[in-house]
Amino acid sequence: MNNISFNKFYRKFNILSLVLIITSLIFLIIKGLNYGVDFKGGTLIELRTNDKTNNISMIRDSFNQMNLGDVSVKKFGNETDFIVKFEKQNSNDPEFIKNIQNKLSSSIGDVDFRRVENVGPKVSSELLKSGIIAISLSLAAMLLYIWIRFEWQFSLGAILAIFHDVIITLGIFSIFSLEINLSIVAAVLTIVGYSMNDTVVIFDRVRENLRKYSDIKIYELTNISINETLSRTIITSVTTLLALLSIYLFGGEILKGFSLAMILGVIFGTYSSIYIANPVLVALNVSQRTIVKEEKD
Amino acid sequence: MLYFSKLRIISVIIFTIIFSYFALSNFTKLDDRFFSKNINLGLDLQGGSYLLLEIDNRPVITQRLQAKIIELKRYFKEKEVSLKNFSLNGDTITFEAQEQDLEQVSKLLKDKESDINQYYQSYKSHEFDVIENNNLFNLNYSRYGLVLLKNASLDQAIEIVRRRVDEVGTNEPNILKRGNDRILVELPGLDDPNRIKSLLGRTANLTFQFISQNSEESFGTEKLSFEDDNREAIVSKRIILSGDNLVDAKPTMNSQTNETVVSFSLDRVGAKKFGKATSTGVGKQLAIILDGKIISAPTVREPIVGGSGQISGNFTFQSATDLALLLRSGALPAPLNIIEERTVGPDLGQDSIDAGVLSLIIGFLLVIIFMIYKYRAFGLIANLALITNLFLLIGILTIFEATLTLPGIAGIILTVGMAVDANVLIFERIKEETKSEKNPIIAFDAGYTKSRTTILDANITTLIAAFILFFMGSGPVKGFSVTLGVGILTTLFSVYFVARLLTSLYVIKNKEKEQLL
Repeated sequence: MNNISFNKFYRKFNILSLVLIITSLIFLIIKGLNYGVDFKGGTLIELRTNDKTNNISMIRDSFNQMNLGDVSVKKFGNETDFIVKFEKQNSNDPEFIKNIQNKLSSSIGDVDFRRVENVGPKVSSELLKSGIIAISLSLAAMLLYIWIRFEWQFSLGAILAIFHDVIITLGIFSIFSLEINLSIVAAVLTIVGYSMNDTVVIFDRVRENLRKYSDIKIYELTNISINETLSRTIITSVTTLLALLSIYLFGGEILKGFSLAMILGVIFGTYSSIYIANPVLVALNVSQRTIVKEEKD
Repeated sequence: MLYFSKLRIISVIIFTIIFSYFALSNFTKLDDRFFSKNINLGLDLQGGSYLLLEIDNRPVITQRLQAKIIELKRYFKEKEVSLKNFSLNGDTITFEAQEQDLEQVSKLLKDKESDINQYYQSYKSHEFDVIENNNLFNLNYSRYGLVLLKNASLDQAIEIVRRRVDEVGTNEPNILKRGNDRILVELPGLDDPNRIKSLLGRTANLTFQFISQNSEESFGTEKLSFEDDNREAIVSKRIILSGDNLVDAKPTMNSQTNETVVSFSLDRVGAKKFGKATSTGVGKQLAIILDGKIISAPTVREPIVGGSGQISGNFTFQSATDLALLLRSGALPAPLNIIEERTVGPDLGQDSIDAGVLSLIIGFLLVIIFMIYKYRAFGLIANLALITNLFLLIGILTIFEATLTLPGIAGIILTVGMAVDANVLIFERIKEETKSEKNPIIAFDAGYTKSRTTILDANITTLIAAFILFFMGSGPVKGFSVTLGVGILTTLFSVYFVARLLTSLYVIKNKEKEQLL
C-alpha cells in the first residue's frame, strides 16, 4: 500500500490551481479563443505543393493578392503541406475555389488542394452555439448523475474538479493560440467524462471508508482513499496517455489538436480528482454523519 | 462472481467468434452470402464532398403572395363582394372592404371551412393570419402556413437536386433533408465538387419570351442582360413557354454552323403553344432566358411546329452538356445557397486511414506491453479481453454499417486506453482483498463484487458524454461519439464475461499457488 501524504499539499496545490484558473480566465476573457473556420466561418485549404522551394511567405503573398481578407498560412506536417485560412467564404460562387487554385498555380506552380472547408457565417454561429450547448448539457447531466449517486458535498467537489479541468485546458488553448474546432469540443466532452470517472472512483472509496472507519476525520480519510486507489489512478492514466500519445505522434496532423486537448485533460483530470475534489470534501466538513443522514432519508 | 455455467461459457465463446467474424469480414474476402455488411468510411477517410444547401424561400413566398392576391380578387368577385386597394407590403397582403361587407369578408377568411384561407386540422391553424383594422384587412402567412410552404418547396428542391446529382453519376450519393429549409448532400469519392456545385447553384428557370419592339421599358416589359456580355434588351413579360414543358434536352452539334447547341423536345401542350407563338411571331426575336439572363435571342424565321428546337449561345461541349442536364432535371422552386462545404481529397483520406491505423496499432501495443509488465498472467487476461473488445467493437459497427471517421478511429484508440480501467480496478481491488483473505477464490470473488458499482459509475459518466455528443455533434465528431459509446458497452462485456471467465479458469486451476496477482 502506498502511503503518501497527499493531504499535506492540499492548500499549496489549491493555491496553484486557483492561480492557473485565474490566469486561464484572464486569457479567455482578454485574448479569447482562436476559433477555427468551424466556429468563425471562412475558408480553410490544406494544400500540397510540388515545389519544395515554396515557403510560407511566398504562399501568403500569393493569397494576399487575391483579396480574401485576413489570411493565415501555417506548415502542416511535412515540408510541402500547408494550411491556409482566410475570412472570405464565397461558397455560392461555384468557381471560387477553382479560381484560387488557378491563380495560385500561376504564381507558385502546381498545387494540390487536399482539403477544403468552407463554412458560412450562419452555419458557424450555429455550430458554436450547439458546441456550447453540448458542453453545458454534459456538465448538467454529470451534475444530475452524481447528485443522484452521491451526497451534495461530493457533487460539488466533482463539478468543481470538472470546471477546473475544462477552464485550464481551454486556458492553455487560449495562451498558445491553439485552434478550437469541432473536434476540440469532442475532446472537452471526453475530458469531462474522464475527469468525472476519475473523481467517482476516489469518491466511491471515500464513502466506503466513511462507513468502515467511524473515528477517522475526513482530512485523513481522503488521504487513505487516495492512496488506496492510487495505483489504479496511475495505471489508467498511463494507459490512456499511451493511447493518446500514439494518436498525437502518429495519428496525423488533423488529430493533433484533439489529442493534445485530451492529453492535457487527462493530466489535469487526474490531478484535480486528487487535489480539487478531495479538499472540497474537507472544506465542507464531510463526516460519517453526512452519509448516515443521507441514508436515513 | 467467479462461477460460470457451461452454457454461459459456450455462449460467450460463440458470441465472441460471431462478432470476430463480422469484424474480420471488413478486411478479408469472406463468404458474402452469409454476411455482406461493411463499415462505411466517412468522407474524411475515403475522400469526397459534403455540401449543405439552404433554400432561399423569399422568391417563392413573394410569388405565392402575388398569386394569392389574384386568387382573392377572383374569389370575392364571385361572392359579389367588392374589395379595393390590394397591395403587397413585404410579406403582408393588404386590402380594403366596404363597411357593409366587413362581417362577411371576415367570416369567409376565418371560418374553419374557409376555402380561401385553408384551415389545417392537424395544426389547428389557418394558412394565413388575418388582422382586421377598421375596414383594412392584413393577411400574413401563419407559422404553420409558412412551414407547409417551406416543406413543399424543400420536397420539390430535394427531388431536383437528386436528379441532378444522379445525372452526373457519382457513386452512392447521400441526399438528406435538414430542418425545413436545408439539404445535405454527401458525395463520397468525389474529387472535384466544382461541377456539382455549379449545377446545384443554378435554379435553371428557362423561359422563352419575345423581345419587345419598343426601346423603352414599359408596363409589361422588363430589361434583361445577356449571359455572356453586357448587352441589354427589353423583353416582353409574357412567357411563351417555360422549362416545365420540356421533355428532353441534349447537347448536339449543329451541322450547318458547326457549333454546339442544346436540342430540346417539348410535350404536346408545349409544342402547341410554341407552334402558335412562333407562327404569329415570324420575324421577331425570341429571347431564350435562363435564370433572368438572356442566353440568346434568335430571330424566328418560320413557325416551329414540330415540338422540338435548338438553343444556341456560344456553348462549349461541356457547358452545353450541363445546360441540357439542368433542363432535363427541371427547375428548382427557389435558389439554393451552399452554406457549408467540406471536401477531402482521396489521397488525404488514405493518408488519414494509414495514420489512424498506425496510431491504433502502436497505441494498442504500448497498452498491451504495459499491462503485461504490470500484471503478468493477469495482464495477459486483460489483453485478451482488450482484443475481444476490439473485435466486438468493430463487429458491432459492422452490423449497424456505422460510418467510421478519423475522430472515430481516435475514439477506438481512446477506448483501448480506457478499457483496461475496469480490469485495473478489479485487479487492484483483488490485491487489497488478498491481504485479509487467504482463500484466493473468495478474494477474487470479493474483488469483483466490491469494484462493480465503481466501474458502473465510471463508465456511465463517459457514456453520458458520448450520448450528448451523438445528439449534438455532426459529421466526423458524431463518428467519435459512436465508437466511444459502443466501446464502453463492449468494454463492459469483455471485462465481465471474457476477462472474468479467463480469470476464474486461471484462479481455479492455480488456487494452490502462493501469490496469484
